[in-house]
Amino acid sequence: MLTRTLPQFGSRRSIRIFERNLMVYRSQWLMLISGFFEPLFYLLSIGIGLNHLVGSVPVGGRLVSYATFVAPGMLATSAMNGATIDTIFNTFFRLKISHSYDAVLSTPLDVTDVALGEVWWALARASLYAASFIVCMVLLGDAGSAWVVLCWPAAILTSFAFSAIGLAVCTYIRSWQDFDLVTIVQLPLFLFSATFFPISLYPRWLGAVVAVSPLYQSAALMRGLSLGVFQWVMIGRAAYLAVLALVGLRLASNRFRRILTP
Amino acid sequence: MTAEPILQASDLVKRFGESTAVDGVSFSINSGESFGFLGPNGAGKTSTMRMISAVSQPTAGSLSVFGLDPRTHGPAIRGRIGVVPQEDTLELELSVRLNLEMFGRYFDIPRAVLRERTADLLAFTQLSERANDRVEDLSGGMKRRLTIARALINQPEILILDEPTTGLDPQARHLLWDRLYRLKREGVTLIITTHYMDEAEQLCDRLVVMDHGSIVASGTPRELITHHSTREVVELRFNTDSHDGYHDRLAPFAQRLEILPDRVLLYVDEGDETLRLIHQEDIAPMSALVRRSSLEDVFLRLTGRTLVD
Amino acid sequence: MSTPTDTRLGWSRWRRSWWYHATYYAQTWRGSVAGTVLFPIFYLAALGVGVGHLVSAHSGLVDGQTYLHFIAPSLLATTTMQLGEGESLWPVLAAVKWIRSYHAAAATPLEPLDILIGKLSWVVTRALATGVVYTIVIGAFGALQSWWSLVLPLIGGLVTLAFAAPFVAYAASVQSDASFIVIYRFAIVPMFLFSATFYPISAYPGYLQPVVQFVPLYHGVALARSAAYGQWPLLPTVGHLAVLLAMSVVGVLWGRRSLRRRLVD
Repeated sequence: MLTRTLPQFGSRRSIRIFERNLMVYRSQWLMLISGFFEPLFYLLSIGIGLNHLVGSVPVGGRLVSYATFVAPGMLATSAMNGATIDTIFNTFFRLKISHSYDAVLSTPLDVTDVALGEVWWALARASLYAASFIVCMVLLGDAGSAWVVLCWPAAILTSFAFSAIGLAVCTYIRSWQDFDLVTIVQLPLFLFSATFFPISLYPRWLGAVVAVSPLYQSAALMRGLSLGVFQWVMIGRAAYLAVLALVGLRLASNRFRRILTP
Repeated sequence: MTAEPILQASDLVKRFGESTAVDGVSFSINSGESFGFLGPNGAGKTSTMRMISAVSQPTAGSLSVFGLDPRTHGPAIRGRIGVVPQEDTLELELSVRLNLEMFGRYFDIPRAVLRERTADLLAFTQLSERANDRVEDLSGGMKRRLTIARALINQPEILILDEPTTGLDPQARHLLWDRLYRLKREGVTLIITTHYMDEAEQLCDRLVVMDHGSIVASGTPRELITHHSTREVVELRFNTDSHDGYHDRLAPFAQRLEILPDRVLLYVDEGDETLRLIHQEDIAPMSALVRRSSLEDVFLRLTGRTLVD
Repeated sequence: MSTPTDTRLGWSRWRRSWWYHATYYAQTWRGSVAGTVLFPIFYLAALGVGVGHLVSAHSGLVDGQTYLHFIAPSLLATTTMQLGEGESLWPVLAAVKWIRSYHAAAATPLEPLDILIGKLSWVVTRALATGVVYTIVIGAFGALQSWWSLVLPLIGGLVTLAFAAPFVAYAASVQSDASFIVIYRFAIVPMFLFSATFYPISAYPGYLQPVVQFVPLYHGVALARSAAYGQWPLLPTVGHLAVLLAMSVVGVLWGRRSLRRRLVD
């Protein structure tokens, strides 16, 4: 089955879309750099005040400081936000406003190359941001163990899942107003995915709902990695994200084809 | 002519849901030829162009470009053609030069080659001095020329132009036509859609007239005019709200008569002679003009409508 | 009797400009209205109740308040700041550059100042509505404790104006939106996090506490907290009000200049 679905996901030519974005954003380096700071500000702010107010939080039978608890969730959130801003907002602009993909499609590139290329770009940015975030975690003492380096691939997987979903969502957006709806989904994901407090605080049934959230799966996976606590369920979490990524990419490719080459 | 067809279409159909944009058209285009699609907005020209350029899939019928099927060889075909779309889809944030170089990368052209070609194309389209300016700051004519330069970056064998001069001032138009003649001399096959008759007459060796998704006539511009119209046309305007009342009085003077809202067209072989006879009959138009038949008249004859409304 | 070209007072023209913005919004309200109602609920539930649970287990009261009581007013202030920013940067650049609807408005009897006043009064109208919703939600969470809470919407309106006015002025003067995301990440996000929003100013190290005073949003947060607690220390209150009013006035003057340059010159 895999061999039948893989060619749908674009070709080696998709790297040209990555090149294109690199060229366009070269003149906007300040914007690129600013992406590093947002999660860092969150870490600093929590480190200054909330850390003392909240004290320690139990995770996997261990008590850890609040900053150590929150940092992996922030990493997951920043991977989600970076991926969705790139794919939903910027791709919407190119797809429906500036029509810059139309020109690309008159070249040997295919629709699926375009979709995949945007994902490469989102991943490249995410891996840079995630790496710098992990360095900050270590410097601020918010890393639970040396295994925190494994958060890097986990963050990239998270970005992969969210950029694929974002790309698919983007094709359903009709106008700028619909971005309000995107925010209405994104904010509760951010606030309630056990990013700020443990899932054990929820009533049992609500905890089951939260577990569906990809951001929760990502945050929980990274929390385990950061603390060096390995459980079988973490493989399930990673698999969940990977499946979301593939489904999202497949859906995005089909939708792009419908829109760009009717 | 010794040329062989570079592109062949037979019974090509394109449907979007319920509506049929292209309804079974057949044509063949020879290498080095400049071929036109003439018709009003919504005639199916752009849909045909998109199928030819292997971007959109035909619903039915067969199509072969360079002897290849666009359904299966899309990337290979697109690698050998250049497309100038109806609207400039340039990268506004990038400079003129980077627009060309970036686009060339989509064709896997090495950077060193691209630098050289970009310089040549900028000179060809007279944009060399603006090479480092942002595209956003260019005039409409310049953007159009840049779009053409971009379509040439892969040295295409076929150049497809969709309404290339819409919205340009006369000077910019003539500059653009001049560049297209040069390409034709270099052996590039040009495929042009337009709703400007003068453009079709100037640029096209052969053309088809499309209406409601079908081809209603085809041939050289001269052939079409001789075949579907008379040698000359007399245009008369009267001081009246409706020209309908003049039909019976003027009909005897012409082989064919068209009443338009603002004027009457008389299709004749000798315009000046006809005008003299009309004056003799004490018919006094407000203004009178004798001209040669054009594609506009062909179109009016074939579809009963004027082209630019 | 006033003539159609009466230029002394702009009431009627301001009203028309307000109506223009309101009508535009009426076409596009769905998503943002849902947000106006849902976001306060989300924030209060996650931070006030969720994190509040952790805080009270460990530290008990904050500033003599439960964490929910402590954080509710600051969330109102941050939300109204973000409203002021969100309604000003991209929409205004769009109106003077991409859609050019302000150019169309300037071709009518409206003066640039009228367009500005209409725009700002419309944004403040929305802020007041947001403030009312927020106050009701805070009440529903059982976190209202003083009749002074009724002025919370007004403080929300002032915070929005204090940020919207300079942002409109700035957006009307730039050529591209490239700097907006940088402003968001280097000004809005840090203000959201470092205005004594999530913990009292006493949590900062001593040398940082005076610095926080220079964060504009801090003054909005402090005022909102005063209203929620019903405690108005005289000098600080005057200071907070003065800062926000000064931002509004400077913003309006600057905005008049940049809109005039953009639309008339």
